Amino acid sequence: MRLVILDDYELASEWAAKYIRNRIIQFQPSADRYFTLGLPTGSTPYGCYQKLIEYHRSGDISFKYVKTFNMDEYVGLPRAHSQSYHSYMWNNFFKHTDIDPANAHILDGNAADLEAECQAYEHKIAEAGGIELFVGGIGPDGHIAFNEPGSSLVSRTRVKTLAKDTIVANARFFSNDLSKVPTMALTVGVGTVMDAKEVMILITGAHKAFALYKAIEEGVNHMWTVSAFQQHPRTIFVCDEDATLELRVKTVKYFKGLMHVHNKLVDPVLSMKDQ
Amino acid sequence: MPSNKSVSDAPITQFINCRILKDHKLQREDLWVREGRILNPEKLFFDEQGYADKHVDCKGSIIAPGFIDVQINGGYGIDFSLVSEDISGGVSVVAKKILEHGVTSFCPTLVTSPAAVYHKVLPQVKVHNGGQHGAGVLGFHLEGPFISAEKKGAHPEQYLRTFQSGGVQDLMEVYGSLDNVTMVTLAPELANSQSVVRELCQRGITVSLGHSVANLSQAEEAVQHGASFITHLFNAMLPFHHRDPGIVGLLTSDQVPAGRTVYYGMIADGIHTNPAALRIAHRAHPSGLVLVTDAITAMGLPPGRHTLGQQVIEIQGLHAHVAGTKTLSGSIATMDMCVRHFKQASGCSVEEALEAASLHPAQLLGISHNKGKLDYGCDADLVLLDDALNVKATFISGEEVWRKEP
Repeated sequence: MRLVILDDYELASEWAAKYIRNRIIQFQPSADRYFTLGLPTGSTPYGCYQKLIEYHRSGDISFKYVKTFNMDEYVGLPRAHSQSYHSYMWNNFFKHTDIDPANAHILDGNAADLEAECQAYEHKIAEAGGIELFVGGIGPDGHIAFNEPGSSLVSRTRVKTLAKDTIVANARFFSNDLSKVPTMALTVGVGTVMDAKEVMILITGAHKAFALYKAIEEGVNHMWTVSAFQQHPRTIFVCDEDATLELRVKTVKYFKGLMHVHNKLVDPVLSMKDQ
Repeated sequence: MPSNKSVSDAPITQFINCRILKDHKLQREDLWVREGRILNPEKLFFDEQGYADKHVDCKGSIIAPGFIDVQINGGYGIDFSLVSEDISGGVSVVAKKILEHGVTSFCPTLVTSPAAVYHKVLPQVKVHNGGQHGAGVLGFHLEGPFISAEKKGAHPEQYLRTFQSGGVQDLMEVYGSLDNVTMVTLAPELANSQSVVRELCQRGITVSLGHSVANLSQAEEAVQHGASFITHLFNAMLPFHHRDPGIVGLLTSDQVPAGRTVYYGMIADGIHTNPAALRIAHRAHPSGLVLVTDAITAMGLPPGRHTLGQQVIEIQGLHAHVAGTKTLSGSIATMDMCVRHFKQASGCSVEEALEAASLHPAQLLGISHNKGKLDYGCDADLVLLDDALNVKATFISGEEVWRKEP
């Protein structure tokens, strides 16, 4: 893996956004060959989305030939609800970009047949040629998407019941009322994300430090599902200092020493204007 | 990108680089319009996988709901109360010109007139939507003749009336038809007024109290019967007295039925109301304040002598008096001037100033489900303003109907 450590949340968000920008531009997407991007929601990737919007506004990047697949969506929450992941993606990303609405895919948590919806989603990903770059986050319990502790590491898109930790963590978005938090969600599986050509996990904040430790310094374990990416050929973990607090000094020093190599991935930062 | 909408083929316009007045706040958001109404872009994106056909770059302007003027007697040489051969033509001239002031809907107002005038004028102008031809007509505002002789202001005394034969009968005898009428101003202390107030409210006509010497109890009784507006607060009514606040006391009355609001018109031209009085009213009851122009024939015209109803008035600067007296006869300020003056005099926020000219009049007339707001589904009647609240462009049903020359 690459462990990219930046000083703070802003710098980590910027590094991640630059990386996505460079990957899209290098790919030279076109009407015949779309760039497929997997996307997360939550407070961690918010800064990254802000930077991507900035790059789009300045004309450096276009999402016209990008297809996106979000990781998850609550079950039973009205799509127009302010906390649905559809709302999150519309307000924090889609409405500020030129992405074609037909290419923005999010699981429908209100589908009549949830299982069919999950299977159709896997199918759409396959039809799009698979995911080029899957961006994700990590839960305090080490989950990727809603693959809660105990999820199969070869799982596919399916319905999951949320763990207590996750419900508690999300209560702050539902007026701190646990009873208002949805209890189920549709999520891509660990296996679904593993199928991507490349995976980038954003991890910021001290409250995620223990999960990061479990994910990269301990073994592959279905109780900490992000650990599955130890077996992926191309994974990047982008963190801030606080997220590394539970790691060994040796690990941190090693990867910090590699920053000059990592930074070649984002410097020079490419622009559509040069094409 | 080619259109891709499963619900409708109608073109979609996206207003960008703007700040819109929504949920009582100015927000940095785009505004989407389709088929004359404000569109929900999130629903468009996810349900229809649709996007805009056309972009309008607002260059940082404020977008507010189009202004609504519920009291305007004429302008540009036109006097709505003066019977002419082409009444609807006259209304159209004014309707077209007031687009420049950001007004997208209005109530042509008739001052106290003889029955013959109402019988001739009222059937000629129907309620209709605005467009390229001018601001929309919401219905007549009949100010009089059932008002107090003591507070007639510029109204002609010889045509004042009382409720003799049982209220509603007098109404119909004088006005003829109420079909195109949206508001009536009357003095509630007149005997038999209660049944009239009730009858008008039942017909969906807003009842306003004004040109009256009513005390607070009489005013409260009228409100309980359904009255919901005060015509140009402070003007043509008893002054506030601490032992009998009169009509002004309605602003803080505890006798207003639950769930109802008493609105009050303010002519914020700097002349009809001292700024300190404006502030007192605003602070006492901010959500009821409705800006009106009470504009007269001379609005838009140069200084001199002009006709208002059956009387002659004199213009000097921004002042208009009944010729030979000190009695104010109406204002010549435009609606956007009133919005700016109100903001400056009261120190209120931009949002409050704009709502006093849009949301509040819409709420007063019971049309706020599709006017006076920029909510999804509302009519796309818009005014584009700069930070100083000068009008830059006006839109009705999403179409540009006026733009200020650069």
